[in-house]
Amino acid sequence: MAATIFMVVRLRNLFAVVMLGGIYSLLAAALLVVLDAVDVAFTEAAVGAGISTVLALGALSLTTSQEKEPSRRPLYTLAVLFVVSVTGAALIFGSLDMPLFGDPAAPIHGHVADTYLAEGQAATGVPNIVTAVLASYRGFDTLGEVMVIFTAGIGVLLAFASAQAGRKPDDEVGGGEDDE
Amino acid sequence: MEAFGLYNYWIVIFLMMSGFYVVIARGNLVKKLVGLNIFQASVFVFYISMGKVAGGTAPIIAEGVETYSNPLPHVLILTAIVVGVATTALGLSLVVRINEEYGTVEEEELAGKDPAE
Repeated sequence: MAATIFMVVRLRNLFAVVMLGGIYSLLAAALLVVLDAVDVAFTEAAVGAGISTVLALGALSLTTSQEKEPSRRPLYTLAVLFVVSVTGAALIFGSLDMPLFGDPAAPIHGHVADTYLAEGQAATGVPNIVTAVLASYRGFDTLGEVMVIFTAGIGVLLAFASAQAGRKPDDEVGGGEDDE
Repeated sequence: MEAFGLYNYWIVIFLMMSGFYVVIARGNLVKKLVGLNIFQASVFVFYISMGKVAGGTAPIIAEGVETYSNPLPHVLILTAIVVGVATTALGLSLVVRINEEYGTVEEEELAGKDPAE
């Protein structure tokens, strides 16, 4: 994964960069399987590595597939590296207070997770607890998620629709709304 | 050594900061979005690694299995992945619009440029 990111930084061909982004998502999905999150890995492979890459390739076909050579600004790059290192160091300092990896006594396991695991199948009839929580216990949150996607879809349509409206003569703009 | 048990966080922090670097160091808007996706996927791995229980399996109820990993981070991240692709789509559509209006997706060329009327 680190090698993928390294090449993303180095390469100027945006097609290769987007494909490497997809490979990174796929590697992340493989890592998620190892960490017992099969549902998440499934979604990450389909949505993160699949749909995102297709969307990015579509955007590339509408714009350009070659990144321009940046003007050399070593001071700026140094400043960026400094900011990134300081943030990373602060996060590592913060991680020292976190529970150990795989610790069954970690606070995250102490709330409702046990209840879901013990009663989930009896309460919802679904053996997969992730599905039971997503669709049944937290069904309204998933409805909210659908609203977010709907809003994003409206945003994408508006971004393009306003461009088309801008090209029309002024008297057609008001009446053209219903057609789109 | 006890601190060695925190290695999952350090891997994630490294990946996350690499994505962060791509976002702020590169001027191309499409590349920035790829960097943002890298950052995002790292956060997903961070959440899932917190839900891992040593010796546990995937949270699908089966006979003869006593230890399951925590299903709650999985549910959160399933939602986050889908919301993430929605924001990516919106960002890419804005990039396409910027390219239509300004004729470039490089940040340096965009600075101080007005739309061609």
